Amino acid sequence: MTALTFSLKDNPRLDRWLRFQDDHTVRIGTGKVELGQGVLTALAQIAAEELDLRIDQVRMMSGNSVEGPGEGYTASSWSIEHSGAAIRLVAAEVRALALARAALRLNAAPDELTVADGAFLKNGSPSGIDYWSIAGELDLSAEATGAAAPKPQSAHRLVGRSVPRLDLPTKLTGAGFIQDMVLPRMLHARTLRQPGPGAALLQLDEKIIQRRAGGGVRIVRLNNFVAFVGTDETAVRAAAVAATECAVWDNALSLSPEQATPDWIASQPSDDRLMGDPPPELATDRICARFTRPFLSHGSIAPSCAIALYRDGVLTVWSHAQGMHPLRENIARTVGLSLDAVACHHVQGAGCYGHNGADDAALDAALVALALPDQPIRLMWRREEEFGYEPLSSAMAVTVHAGLDGAGRPIDWTTEIWSATHGQRPGVGGASLLAAHAMKTPPPDRKPFDIPLERGGGAARNGIPLYDIGPKRIELHLIHDVPVRTSSLRGLGATLNVFAIEGLLDDLAGRIGEDPVAYRLAILSDPRARRVLEKAAAMANWSSREAGGAGSGLGIGLARYKNSSAYAAVVAAVEVDEAVRVTDVWCAVDAGLAINPDGILNQIEGNIVQAISWTLIEEVRFGPQGIATLDWESYPVIRFSEIPEIRVELVEAGEYPPLGVGECAGGPTAAAIGNAVAHALGTRIHDMPMTRDRIMKALMA
Amino acid sequence: MNECHTLTVNGHVHELDVPSTAPLLDVLRNHLGLKGSRYGCGLEQCGACMVLIDGVAAYSCSREIGTLSGRTITTVEGLRSAEALHPLQQAFLDEQAGQCGYCLSGILIVAKAFLDRNPDPTRAEIAAALDANLCRCGSHPRILRAVLKAAADMRGKMA
Ligand code: FES
Ligand code: FES
Repeated sequence: MTALTFSLKDNPRLDRWLRFQDDHTVRIGTGKVELGQGVLTALAQIAAEELDLRIDQVRMMSGNSVEGPGEGYTASSWSIEHSGAAIRLVAAEVRALALARAALRLNAAPDELTVADGAFLKNGSPSGIDYWSIAGELDLSAEATGAAAPKPQSAHRLVGRSVPRLDLPTKLTGAGFIQDMVLPRMLHARTLRQPGPGAALLQLDEKIIQRRAGGGVRIVRLNNFVAFVGTDETAVRAAAVAATECAVWDNALSLSPEQATPDWIASQPSDDRLMGDPPPELATDRICARFTRPFLSHGSIAPSCAIALYRDGVLTVWSHAQGMHPLRENIARTVGLSLDAVACHHVQGAGCYGHNGADDAALDAALVALALPDQPIRLMWRREEEFGYEPLSSAMAVTVHAGLDGAGRPIDWTTEIWSATHGQRPGVGGASLLAAHAMKTPPPDRKPFDIPLERGGGAARNGIPLYDIGPKRIELHLIHDVPVRTSSLRGLGATLNVFAIEGLLDDLAGRIGEDPVAYRLAILSDPRARRVLEKAAAMANWSSREAGGAGSGLGIGLARYKNSSAYAAVVAAVEVDEAVRVTDVWCAVDAGLAINPDGILNQIEGNIVQAISWTLIEEVRFGPQGIATLDWESYPVIRFSEIPEIRVELVEAGEYPPLGVGECAGGPTAAAIGNAVAHALGTRIHDMPMTRDRIMKALMA
Repeated sequence: MNECHTLTVNGHVHELDVPSTAPLLDVLRNHLGLKGSRYGCGLEQCGACMVLIDGVAAYSCSREIGTLSGRTITTVEGLRSAEALHPLQQAFLDEQAGQCGYCLSGILIVAKAFLDRNPDPTRAEIAAALDANLCRCGSHPRILRAVLKAAADMRGKMA
């Protein structure tokens, strides 16, 4: 008996996951959605593997709040661990049920039968029947029991192969996104955003707006929420821009540049929590160092978009948000409809890397659709709206404290963290959708909340080092009163926590004149962590690392994501003059059983590139009008000419369960760059992004 | 005020009755149903909307249709032939170059114009040519490999 997984306990019926369809395909349901990470291809592989189907016999149905399983949000790299494990068990169980039924039909013993491409073979020869000929006799409304054991790794033919992404051909030829969807009689919509939750609209000159739009735009107003709707997208966009310029607000949010800094965050009143081992009683020789990072934007390449239709009392919403079941609940609650009257369907959008404007745009579209029934509403955010109103990733400060033994090795560790929450997805911890604040009765205030450590942690994610140190703890100062909305961005708190932990470790190695890799290995017993560390060092030819201090450097970073998911070790080579240039990155990952190795490499490469961008370039700024970085000029990200050579290798770990990989390399990449820059300069830069000013300051110090 | 504009898009001549100030991108997407060119910023800062205008890669998000009468436009939909993908599209598939894929239309367009000028480029030359195109997923390493591969494939065909 295989233990039922998390997702299966919530969705026990087999037919939520698997259905035989008339066109000789099998429909596999998942609550997880495609965000560009290739998850649907990997899940299709798992299903085809267990059912002995070809991959083209599987149809994925993802993010369907009515017929499919509910699996919360597609987040924190849980998809393969949760949905993959559930699909694997369900497929194995349905295969066993079908095989037993076929055996009866064929008057054969079950072990005389095998399955190939969905057809039953009796002693290796065609039997004339297949899954579809007996599907009607199977009761898939039954609940999963876990009675059938999935295949052992040695029997895999599809799992472990780099099956090409199912969605890429469409996307390379000009289709495939929610932005491209067209429904009959569809209207375009844009919004005027309420500048902060307490702002009240005093005046809106509709004449100016109509004139700028060229006329013919409908204005939908619900308290402090305003949308411009019409057949011509160009006109509707012009109306929204004009409205933003001419609207007069009371109590609009105003920010100061200082509020965007980690120092400001760290100076605010906090809700304090201790996680891990109790504080040390004896004072030891202690070393500490403080590291910071700014607010970051998700910076999706496409502004958020949603389509909604209210017809015959049912509100249907198409969205690229990360969870359709949560979205359905959040929209139903906000607009006051029963759950049965709302259906949410996932359609792919641009990469989001966490909680961006997607859910909020879905509510916006729903509000307009309710006001204008019977016509599909396609609502898209403007670029400045996405930058200005999506949740940010919180600025953070981290001080790491290490107590040392006589030999200079850590024997006690505290990671002290100042941060706003990284978990403010709608419906989680009392958070709501954006436009809910513009309604007559705004939602009640949230209480301090961040994702608990058992669920991977938010600000505290990866705050406990994986080294053998003795007592280890996190002191979290959760800042609640922050004037901007903060939530999950790929990696959450792990990016800075790993940057800080690994940075201090390099400094500690330096104090006793030891090589950073050797120093780590001396306090690292986890064999899987040792293996990726040694592998990355070998890939980078670490043993020939030079003395440093002359402008070029080599640095290393290591972490196991969430302390429970994939292991990643990264080595970065940098050259530093006026700016930091990353020339090479080597990365070794233990992802457990790799379902689709090339898909994994693709995600890790992307995570590395994004982390280089965070570490060297990105920074949200505030101004009197709120968030001030509203375009790609004020919020630059990495470009093609800044991309280093990146080599990623997976270590063979097929004996372990598959682990999520999409976020595992970010923290180690930031850490490797931080350590490489310290090696190159002979002095450390503790603050992200490592800009020209900070390089100069470090050199003067 | 609407006016009539004549435009050749992917080999077809269109007479369009739209305001002269309408951005080319909106005309392509909403009047001609060509959804491959994408809205990313509307500010000529990201490259998601790029098309070929008389063979030259250009932003379409702010380019007014009134300035384009008589010109020839190629969008990502026009890259392939009836029989086969363009070698660039094939190379992107071969290298699995893309994650979310939203940036790819603009990148394919710029790469096509670039390879037409420079059929045997280095990785650094390709990177420089694509520098105006943002990819937030970090698919850059694969995209660079794919363009190199397409260049080699196209040279192979010529030889
Ligand atoms: S949409 Fe044209 S450059 Fe971004
Ligand atoms: S693949 Fe997502 S933006 Fe390039």
